[in-house]
Formats: sequence, C-alpha cells, structure tokens
Amino acid sequence: MEVNGTVHQVDAAATRTLLDILRNHLGLTGTKYGCGEGQCGSCTVHMNGAPVRACTLPLSACFGKRFVTVEGLADGNELHPVQVAFVEERAMQCGFCTPGMVMAAKALLDEHADPTDAQILTAMNGNICRCGAYPPILRAIRRASERMRGGE
Amino acid sequence: MHEHDDDLDLVEPERYELLERPAYRFDVGRRGFFRGLGGGLFVGATFAGTPNGASARPSEPTGSTRPRPARREDLSAWLHIAKDETITIYSGRVEMGQGIRTSFAQLVAEELPAPLDQFRVVVGDTALCPYDRGTWGSQSVPRQSPILRRVGATARQLLLELASQHFDVPSGELEIAAGSVTHTASGDSATFGALVDGEELEAVVEDDVDVIPASDWKLAGTPVPKVGARAFVTGEHVYTSDLRPDGLQYGMVLRPPSFGADLTTVDTSLAEAMDGVTVVKDGDFVGVVAPDPGTAEAAIASIDATWNESREDRGVTDTQFSRLESRPVERMAWRTRTETHRGDVSSGLAEAAHVVRATYRIPYIAHVPLETRSGVAQWTGSNKLDLWAGTQSPFGNREDLAQKFGLSEANVRVQVPDMGSGYGGKTSSESAIEVARLAKAVDGPVKLHWTREEEFTWAYFRPAASINARVGVDARGRLVAWEQTTHNGGLTGLDCQYRVANEHRRFQPARADLRQGSYRAVGSTANKFAAESATDEAAHAAGKDPLEFRRDNLDDARLIDVMEAAVEAFDWGADKPNGHGFGLAVCKDKGGAICNCVEVAVGDEGEVTIVRIISAFEAGPIINPAEVEAQIEGSVIMGIGGALWEVIEYGDGKIHNPRLSQYRVPRFSDIPPMQTILLDRRDRSPSGAGECGIVAIAPALANAIFDATGERIRQLPLEAGLRRRIGQRQRR
Repeated sequence: MEVNGTVHQVDAAATRTLLDILRNHLGLTGTKYGCGEGQCGSCTVHMNGAPVRACTLPLSACFGKRFVTVEGLADGNELHPVQVAFVEERAMQCGFCTPGMVMAAKALLDEHADPTDAQILTAMNGNICRCGAYPPILRAIRRASERMRGGE
Repeated sequence: MHEHDDDLDLVEPERYELLERPAYRFDVGRRGFFRGLGGGLFVGATFAGTPNGASARPSEPTGSTRPRPARREDLSAWLHIAKDETITIYSGRVEMGQGIRTSFAQLVAEELPAPLDQFRVVVGDTALCPYDRGTWGSQSVPRQSPILRRVGATARQLLLELASQHFDVPSGELEIAAGSVTHTASGDSATFGALVDGEELEAVVEDDVDVIPASDWKLAGTPVPKVGARAFVTGEHVYTSDLRPDGLQYGMVLRPPSFGADLTTVDTSLAEAMDGVTVVKDGDFVGVVAPDPGTAEAAIASIDATWNESREDRGVTDTQFSRLESRPVERMAWRTRTETHRGDVSSGLAEAAHVVRATYRIPYIAHVPLETRSGVAQWTGSNKLDLWAGTQSPFGNREDLAQKFGLSEANVRVQVPDMGSGYGGKTSSESAIEVARLAKAVDGPVKLHWTREEEFTWAYFRPAASINARVGVDARGRLVAWEQTTHNGGLTGLDCQYRVANEHRRFQPARADLRQGSYRAVGSTANKFAAESATDEAAHAAGKDPLEFRRDNLDDARLIDVMEAAVEAFDWGADKPNGHGFGLAVCKDKGGAICNCVEVAVGDEGEVTIVRIISAFEAGPIINPAEVEAQIEGSVIMGIGGALWEVIEYGDGKIHNPRLSQYRVPRFSDIPPMQTILLDRRDRSPSGAGECGIVAIAPALANAIFDATGERIRQLPLEAGLRRRIGQRQRR
C-alpha cells in the first residue's frame, strides 16, 4: 500500500485496522485513535482521494490503495492552505481532533471549492471536537476555501 | 499525606489544603541544575504567602551574586536565561488545551521584554519543574500569574544591574527591550544571552518587586498566536499515546465483567504460550505485555477467567437519585456533611407570599476526553521508574506510584506530554499504576492506551446529584428564604449569589453507585443548574420577568455587569416567533462570572434546537483574549451536551452506553450562532477561565424551554425530560 507517496510492504493480520498499521507499524502517529468505531473522525485519512475512517478499515481492504495522512498534507515545508487557515484562526485547543479535522476539511474543499453551510456540516459532522473549538474550525474552513479559490 | 478513601474514590480537589503534600527535595542539586542548563541566570519565585527564605541583591562589582541558597521546595515557578538567548519558564502545571504555554510566555515577556520565540515553556515534568498539586480549579492563571510577573520583573532588574556593571554606567541610563539592554547615550548594547554568558547566577524573587500594572500591559492582554500551533496541523505534535520509544511493547489489562467483581479462577496458559507475550498476575490484576497491540488483544482474549460478580444492588440509571437521597454517608473522602445557616429559614418560608418546592436531578456523565488515557512506563532496575502520562497531576501520580511500589519519590519521574484534554477527568493514577505494573515485568518501555470502552467504564464520572430546594419570595418579588440540600454532587456552587436574609444550605455526601470525581467546575454544574432554575421558578411564581427578578435581587457587581452585558447584546425584550423561548442564567465560579442568554426553538415532539447563545464573561484582566474566548466558547459548547443529551446508562454494575455511538456529545450541527463578550477588568485580580463557562448553560436552556413550552424540566438531560413530558401530555 502507498502512504504519502511511499509504497510499504505491510506484514500483519488482514483484520488489523489501517489505523493500527499507520500508528504502530509505520510509525505515523499523526492519525489518532478516539473511539475505534468511526464515530469521532480523529482517524480520518484519504484513500484514493476520498476521506475514510482508518479505525474501521481492515488491512484486507487496503491492498493497492493510495493513502494520504496528515503527515503527507504539506508540500515539504509549505503547509497546505487548510493547515495555514487552522493555525491563523487558532482552530484548536488540545489539538487532538486537529489532524482528523484538517483531513476531512481538505477532502471537502477538494470536492466543493465553495461549499454551502449544509455541505460543510455534512462533511464535518463526523468529526468531534470535545474542547468545543467548532466555531474557529468553521472559520478556518471558510478562510481556506477563499484562499484556495484565489480570494485572498 | 493526602487522605484518600479507597472505597469511595472521590477526587474533589476543591479543598486544596487537604491535598497538601510535604515539601519535596529537589531532584537535582544546584550545581547539577546549572550543569544541565549550561550556566546562565536562574530566577525562582516562592509560592505566594510562604516566607521568602532568600533574596538576591546583585550589588557586588564582579557581576556574580552570592545569595543565600533558596529552598527549592518553596519555589513554585522558575525561569532560566541561557547564553544562547533561550528564556525557559518552568511550571509544574500541565498543558491540556487551555493555552498556558502561550499565556505564561506572555506574562513573563510583558515584564522581561524579548521576542516571544525566544521563550520556551516547560511544564509537567516532576524532575525539572516546581512542585504543583495538579492542574485543576482554573488556577493556572490566578496562581501563576502574579508569580510569573514577579519572576519576569526580577529577571529584568537583574539584567539591568548586570548591564550596568558591564557598561559601567548607572542602570538608570539603560533601556531594556527586545532581548537586549542598551545604553541609550552611547548606543552600546548587549543581549540577555551575552550578559549571562559564563555566569551561574541565582536569585529568588522578592515579594515586593514592582510589576507592570495590568492597565499598562502591551503584550499580555493581546491575542498573540498560539504557541506551537503548527505542530498540531501537521501531526507532528506528540501526545502520550503517540510515544514510540525504542523497544516499545504494548500492554493491556484484563477487565472484570462488572464493578465489584472478584477474580476467582484464571487460566493464562494460552497467553503465556504466545510468542513474545509476558503475562502479569498480581491478585486481581491480570494483564499482558506484547510486541504489538494485535498480539496483546489476542492474548487478553485467550485468557479464561471466572469472576465472582457482586450480589450487591449496584443501582440502575432510573433510581440513581432516590438512591443518593436514601444512602447518606457522614464522610466521603475528606468531605463531610456541610451546613450553613443564616437568619431563620422556617419563618422566612412561612411568611413568604410564594414558595417554590422543587427537586433537581443531575445524572452521572462522562468527561469523554478525545484522547483516552494512556501512559508509557519504563523501569531501570527495580527501584527507578520513568512514566510518561496524560495526567493533570504529575506530582500526584508520582506520589501514588512511589507509595504503590515502595519507591522513593526521587526515583520516580513523571512527564506529561501535552495531552488530548482532561476536563477534570485525568487527575487520578489508575492507568499510571496499571502501566507501571505491566512494565515491571519486562525490560524496556511499555505503553498502555485505554480503549474508548475502557475510558467510559473504568474512569470516574461527574458526581450525580439530587438537590432539594425550597425558595420563598415576598409579594414584591424579593427573595426571603432559600433552603437547599445537595445530595452528593458537590459543595462548589452551593453558595448563594442573591440577597436573601434567611438561608439554610446543606451538602450531604452520599454513597454513589458509580465511581465519581472532579468534572469541569466540579459541583457547580449541579448546584447552579438547581439554583438558577429555582431562581427562575421563583420569578415566575411572583409574576416577574426573570431578568427583572434578578435585577431586584442581585447586589454583586460582577454578576450584574455580565448579566447586563449579555442581555443587551441578546435584546432580552425582543419579540419571539411561536415555539421559541428565551432563557437566562448568571453564575460565579472560581472567581469568574458568566451569564448565558439563550434562545431555543422546541418542536412538536420535544426536539430542542438552540437558535442562539450569548455569553458574557469576566475574570479580571485578560491575558490573552483569544485563549479566553476559546475557553468560554468551548466550555459552553461542552455544557450543551450535559444540558441536553448526555447521560451514563448503567445497571448490574455495567455501563450500558460506553461508546460514542451510544453517548451523544455536541457536534458541528448542534452549534448555533454564538457571541462571546469578554469584560476586561484590569482593576481586579485575575481568575482562570477554564471552567466557569460550563456552569450557566444548562439552567439557561431549562429556563428557555420553560419559556417556550410552559414545561419546567428539573432533570438533566433536558431533551429526554422534555420528550417524556410531552409524551405524557399527549397521552392524556
């Protein structure tokens, strides 16, 4: 399986989750464990460009797929506009939900460059922020959307 | 040593003096400290109020001071300036999202002017940082703020004196700014690092050192960007559960099927036969250590255990409140029954024109920190332990570990990587002890990372409460009597904030069904739900508007200020659409004052939609407005969950909803337009902002639901209560 542009040979039981493989076998700890049942979004990664919950994806479903995790979002030292917007809007408190939020937001903006409120909610409602940083996260998403459309 | 009742494991850290521990010896002697830091200038500050045993007066011409040695155990914060310009602040607090790294740096930088990127904040390390009881009670800012300002001011003074000697000019001719000291007349200048290079200087803050008044703040008081934000968005920020030291193995604990079960037989032979698995058996504690999590899970699953489940009646969700009322205890941990009397409540009630009689019920709920608790432990030999843990109390954990394993505290080092939140739920040591036990059986580090189900089951809950109130009002709408008994819940927030001549308040500890402990704002979410609901009920009984009623009965200027700010922004007198209601609640907590005005819309089946929320908050001078706004907004949002939906369902000693798919917490779609007004009062002393925001939202929502529907819901969570009430209404 390809992760952030590098092809990995993974030797593990087919029932292990992608989350376990990423964190414990490949050492990519940016993707987080929050619930183990796809309810909190902390484990959001991209599979062939679409957002998925790594904690519910068995390894058997990962053969030949192309994955991007939060570690692979920036281009070298240059942060992705979504990442920049999150920093500028202070869209985090403890920061644990942030990788998942950033990944879900990026996938949303890749699909809808100028999303409506309803589209934002549909895309993001699977991501929980227990610290309650939802308002600045929404501001960050709108700001990133504007930037990516050349607005700023 | 702190008193700790093992049966009723209530950690209620309000009575800080009871958690006071004997002073520690500093782990590294003074020479060792400087060796580790490479020379430089060290400034320490005592706890406010302890006698300052030493002071420094750098008046000798050679540029080195000879202070009387500071007693390390008296020091509560320290700062080090290194020759490479790094200014490091050490505090025993921990960072869990409340932004103290940023605010601490701002406070010191205000007094000791240097670019913020020269500052490092080291927190949560028992080997490096000053002793601290624990990060709770919104105390980081109020306790550390005056100390850090004095530390910064002392460092500033010392650098000016060093420069004065260095340039051989009076210090009055020097200017200090941006990390350097300059002699204005000649233009000579030296950086802080250059001034301390080659020195080993030590000073302890004098109590009377001048600090910049808050009204003159230029840096503190501004929303400087969050320190370390970039690492959060790239996934580089390392939480406890992310640690992967060399040779790491993974631990897992065998859990009983219900609370209070005893292990009768256990067969671990299959687990022992697995490659790389170590089995740990110590009485009822059974666990495994394995090279990877999958093997650990398989090993645990292979264990054949029989348990003797408790035959005691362990309660169910529906009877939790009556059980609290019927099972009083004299003491819960160090908390005894507490009563205050003023005037004559019986006469007051007898003479009142209207009496509200009500019982308010607040259930057990869970903290649900997004990062479940985790720890990494590593032993060196059999008597030296290193622990990395997401805990709010590294020094508390250290003491507990030392006690449990018979070690000296000097041989236990606890470090807290910034953690994925706590909210009061991560003060205890159970996971630290578990991982230390597992690690003892192997060489090298072991990680334990609780599952979400374990987090919902084996951590402690917010105490449930049953609160009986009788409130008397005269014909003019003035409160004349207030009688309140809080069963379980807590003492915080039981105080009366209104003018009333006759009061009788009682906190009655009770035998709780579930393990309970501190939650954000401890007892206040329960007591203020009751008090601000009862206030509203009293207003309506007297035929008064809830705002007018509060205006007539409040004397407290801080409460009045936030209330007036909120209602103005809300437009309390505005027209409401059909099915909409307005609600108001105003409270104080931990020295801060919060008012929430809310508008709700209620559907035919009792579905509650929040239309908008106004919050007004005041807690003295604001160090970082962006961080304070984040804390208040975040607390209000968290409080929406507890107000409308959250409840722990249990029975037969089991938690029935230990998953996020079964326990509803606020999500994006639940958040209405919110406005947060911060009152910056530089004439007051600072209070913390981490908890106050959660205490008023539940009663404000209950009051709004009453306004919308005429239904008074006195039990949390509100939506379930409203649906039941509407269902009952429809069946009649």
